[in-house]
Amino acid sequence: MNAIATPAKLHDCRDAFVAVLERLGAENPNVVAVCNDSVGSSKLGGFKSKFPERLVNVGIAEQNMVGVGAGLANGGLLPFVCGASCFLTGRSLEQVKADIAYSNANVKLVGISSGMAYGELGPTHHSIEDFAWTRVLPNLPVIAPCDSIETAAAVEWAANYPGPVFLRLSRVGVPDLLPAGHVFQMGKANLLRDGDAVTLIANGTLTHRMMKAAEILATEGIQARVLNMATVRPIDVEAVVAAVRDTGAILTAEEHSVFGGLGSAIAEVVVAEAPAPMKILGVPGIFAPTGSAEFLLDEFGMAPSAVAEAAKSLLARKSGRA
Amino acid sequence: MTNCIIMHTRNSMQPNDLERIARQIRLRDLQAVYEAGAGHIGGEMSATDILTALYFKVLRVWPEQPKHPERDRFVLSKGHVALALYVTLAKRGFIPEEEIHTFLKPHSRLNGHPNCNKVPGVETNTGPLGHGLPVAVGMALAAKLRGATYHTYVLTGDGEMQEGSNWEAISSAAQFGLNNLTLIIDHNRFQQGAALKDTNDLAPFASKLVAFGWDVTEINGNEMAEIVPALEKRTARPHCIVAHTNKGHGISFMQDRVDWHHRVPNAEQYQIALAELSETL
Repeated sequence: MNAIATPAKLHDCRDAFVAVLERLGAENPNVVAVCNDSVGSSKLGGFKSKFPERLVNVGIAEQNMVGVGAGLANGGLLPFVCGASCFLTGRSLEQVKADIAYSNANVKLVGISSGMAYGELGPTHHSIEDFAWTRVLPNLPVIAPCDSIETAAAVEWAANYPGPVFLRLSRVGVPDLLPAGHVFQMGKANLLRDGDAVTLIANGTLTHRMMKAAEILATEGIQARVLNMATVRPIDVEAVVAAVRDTGAILTAEEHSVFGGLGSAIAEVVVAEAPAPMKILGVPGIFAPTGSAEFLLDEFGMAPSAVAEAAKSLLARKSGRA
Repeated sequence: MTNCIIMHTRNSMQPNDLERIARQIRLRDLQAVYEAGAGHIGGEMSATDILTALYFKVLRVWPEQPKHPERDRFVLSKGHVALALYVTLAKRGFIPEEEIHTFLKPHSRLNGHPNCNKVPGVETNTGPLGHGLPVAVGMALAAKLRGATYHTYVLTGDGEMQEGSNWEAISSAAQFGLNNLTLIIDHNRFQQGAALKDTNDLAPFASKLVAFGWDVTEINGNEMAEIVPALEKRTARPHCIVAHTNKGHGISFMQDRVDWHHRVPNAEQYQIALAELSETL
């Protein structure tokens, strides 16, 4: 397992999303895509050319987009509602709450370009609050795949899951980490690398950075466990408890505010079930400055080398406590 | 058995029959508000005739099969008048009539705004305003895409039309050519705190809807002989019925009084209201 090398080729997970969506569209006439003038940014051009009548573009009107999605589901269709995650979740949060989650509508919400994918466009276009906003809503699984393989598997799973889902995707290139043929399981973390010194947990664009950090730590004789935890809700309690039991410390990283996201969800488990030293990496509660997503992740201490340093300081806390 | 009779005789319902049912619904609504000590009685009274016409004459629905794929859809966007919907659904056989006694009680499925996962006949959860119309647009669009023949109706308040999401939906309904969608605006001229005209006066509605590409019919929304044909009317474009109604209709001292948006009658007022509604039964 530790022999997995980090491949260099980077993939835009939107491609994996639309490839599965187009296949689902061919297999199931009830599959529809709904968007907010985002045919291009959601990469729905292929779906549109294959199934023009099933591409519902409501224009720049996100509240209507989410409501229409709920209505389409009520009418027996299987809608994938796609839009930039900042607008899909922020602008239409009450629709997501009332029309989708509370109504338990079988709608798949697909947040594109989440996190700081629109880095240079500024904080209005960053979506570093979406885990926090969505994971407090009952009935709504929140999922951020780490690579194109998991993205494809999660879209396939979502289509068959009988209820609402929020898929949080990025446009920032990431290497494939999971094995071909991977089957997505909601609420189940994937063990990418095992170790006993500390557990590194991430999802989305941060998982591969965690793998690189683990490689750095290994050169110093520190064996880190790496968990990919795409599902932010429901959180994998078992994997978190096992991480504390086996490694005694947890370091998380996410392309999201440090408040209310993956790290917070894990911290809730740690506090209640298995107290242990823990640190949460993410955007430190500020509106981010100008820069690309990759630049900003480095800026906020999530370069692999910085993650490795954070892990080591956590180890010091762990041993200080022991 | 009563429900079966109602079902089979639905299409032969005359305005007099419907008016009688509407008065019974008003009476039960009043009793429930008094019992529960809460409700939105003004808007419930203004909307009752429309709800009655829908459920006892117009809608193609089957209470024993509330999820039948070909059922007509009705969305109560002004979800705060849930009690009027509950009483109507009970009278139509979707839920037991005796359950109205549980309105707002702990763990009752009949809370202040309708829940589609608990109450048969409710299509989507409403409460925050400006939600029902976008969802109804999706329902009507689904029928177009699937070749289904059901019709979608949605009832909004007039104050509710101040929510921008409604205008997003109105615009898209025209764009999608949804001639299988009917929006009914319960134009009782009062919102929670004041008259519409003193707050954010969108009236007149008709010209605005026409400008957005809808066909519009204006009616007296408390007059059954006008309500039924308007609901049954089919148009080339999405159809809006501007239903001119009276807040508190049927109870003299509540009529057109903004303070009866969600006030509860005291014992003396209750007896007067009971007498007024009962004498016309």
